[in-house]
Amino acid sequence: MSRISKTFAALKQNRETALIPFLTAGDPDLETSAKLVRTLAKSGADLIELGVPFSDPMADGPTIQAASERALAAGATLEKVLQLVTEVRRDTQVPLVLMGYYNPIFRYGVEGFAAAAAAAGVDGLLLVDLPPEQTDEIAPALEKAGLDLITLLAPTTPPERMRRLAAAAQGYLYYVSMTGVTGTAAISPAAIKQAVEELKGMTEVPVGVGFGISTVADAKAVGEFADGVVVGSALVKIIAEYGQSEELQAQVGAFIASLKQGLVEQAG
Amino acid sequence: MTYQYPDERGHFGQYGGRYVAETLMPALLELEEAYLEISQDPTFKKEFAYYLKNYVGRPSPLYYAERLSRELGGAKIYLKREDLNHTGAHKVNNTVGQILLARRMGKQKVIAETGAGQHGVATATVAALFGMECEIFMGKEDIRRQALNVFRMKLLGAKVHEVTSGTATLKDAMNDALRHWVTHVRDTFYIIGTVAGPHPYPQLVRDFQSVIGEEARQQLQEAEGRLPDAAIACIGGGSNAMGTFYPFIKDASVRLIGVEAAGLGVDTDKHAASISAGAPGVLHGNKTYLLQNEDGQINHAHSISAGLDYPGVGPEHAHLQDLGRAEYVSITDDEALEAFQTLTRVEGIIPALESAHAIAQVMKLAPTMDKDQLLLVCLSGRGDKDIHTVAEAMGVQF
Repeated sequence: MSRISKTFAALKQNRETALIPFLTAGDPDLETSAKLVRTLAKSGADLIELGVPFSDPMADGPTIQAASERALAAGATLEKVLQLVTEVRRDTQVPLVLMGYYNPIFRYGVEGFAAAAAAAGVDGLLLVDLPPEQTDEIAPALEKAGLDLITLLAPTTPPERMRRLAAAAQGYLYYVSMTGVTGTAAISPAAIKQAVEELKGMTEVPVGVGFGISTVADAKAVGEFADGVVVGSALVKIIAEYGQSEELQAQVGAFIASLKQGLVEQAG
Repeated sequence: MTYQYPDERGHFGQYGGRYVAETLMPALLELEEAYLEISQDPTFKKEFAYYLKNYVGRPSPLYYAERLSRELGGAKIYLKREDLNHTGAHKVNNTVGQILLARRMGKQKVIAETGAGQHGVATATVAALFGMECEIFMGKEDIRRQALNVFRMKLLGAKVHEVTSGTATLKDAMNDALRHWVTHVRDTFYIIGTVAGPHPYPQLVRDFQSVIGEEARQQLQEAEGRLPDAAIACIGGGSNAMGTFYPFIKDASVRLIGVEAAGLGVDTDKHAASISAGAPGVLHGNKTYLLQNEDGQINHAHSISAGLDYPGVGPEHAHLQDLGRAEYVSITDDEALEAFQTLTRVEGIIPALESAHAIAQVMKLAPTMDKDQLLLVCLSGRGDKDIHTVAEAMGVQF
């Protein structure tokens, strides 16, 4: 069983929702973000999505665009993100999923990437601009390396397509909670609930929800029905605010701990 | 030769495809279906032809540039006068087609990205024509370079969004247009301005622009009784070139020559020659040649011409390059400026700086050809919008 599946299975036994923070690798710099990953793991993250910075992040709102720019300016590359994973993997067994855009991976070489990522300790890959129509060019290499390819589903995905994609899902499904880019609008838990419940009727694979979850209240509301909640822009904002200040790790740790506590209480 | 692209999944060989967020996939599938339907519908064809004739002013003339031909001392040069279209460039052929399609699909709003502003103006124009809401995304740097076109779009009733992210040029405008589309996909039609983006855009833009090559073919037949020896067009994304080339692709005797912008030179880091100096990659929904670094980050493009200032190229051009069916060359800012002045002086035609790149290649190629050979050139737009840029480059102050 993969690290991702084990994590969700263990949480399910406690009827707990997975807390999935997202941060951009290399923001504000590679060393600090390696520390941040450790802080997230220690403070209650059940799985971490590590953004691979890209110059043209078309699915992201201004917060994560800016994080990507900071990371690139500080010298982040895909190669260095894999080094970061190798390094933090020595200290933590938290599942790590790389999230980003296809071009850096295509440029690196799909086969070489899959092998290097697995060796570094990456568990899965989530590419926002590689819809199921295009995944055949990467799926065999990922499968060979034992990496999960995470599928995104959106409010615009029609039911039949959803059923088809859910049936083929690996790791967990990522339900995009709104039609929009990351971190730009408030969510409406009631609308998401119906979609997620329908989705859960189609698959055994856990369902995570992301895009627009920013507070403990949001996380609890979505945690009522989802198997995982992704918190991205809200965390990246804290990283942007505290940057290289000494308070950074404490601020991030406290935010993650508060989210985790909310989810534990809600399960309780 | 057989040439049947894209395939059913929207690929031109290894290029093209649909590399977009899941949120947009259903809209692209819906668009593909709607396009398939209208492309077989005679009433749509009739409607499209009606507006091209009565609104755009087609057919555009095929003009024998006698003085330029004589001066260069080689091939007979024929200019396909897309600059004489309503709004002053080839862009309107495509926006008429797409807005008719948007109406068929029941969409109320249209959005577009623009570089030089020509596609923005062409989109705002047809939106005004059909009374539809229109929003245009344009880089801050291009807004500065093309203030006249910005004002035109506003007069036409469009809302112009200033894009400040990234390099604040065409690629960033396209990023923001895609972000807006993801958010408003249910009621909004995205009118992409070139033969790039996710399938079916490269196909449908090519098809709408193919009127250029189809007319030219027929006009040249009437004038000379034969096919051209070569067809030349400038390439940013490559829509006027694709529209010029496509009707000749199966005629192996016709050389197809695409002219990219070399900016300060392809050996510098300031150019926009994606095919000549880029590598395959994925951006804006398609796989194609891109200007990028070793890590797959997209590089800044540079050209004196805002319309060519894009770090990618349409996927069908990438495929034609790999097939060896078309040749891709590049022209520097300085060469384009010289061609701009030459055509203006010799023929009394002020070309767009984009089109001046094609003219510059003509100035290189024509003298090497025989006097009975025929050179077809797409004069994609007129140069009024560029007067300020050219004056600045020539050190003239108003």
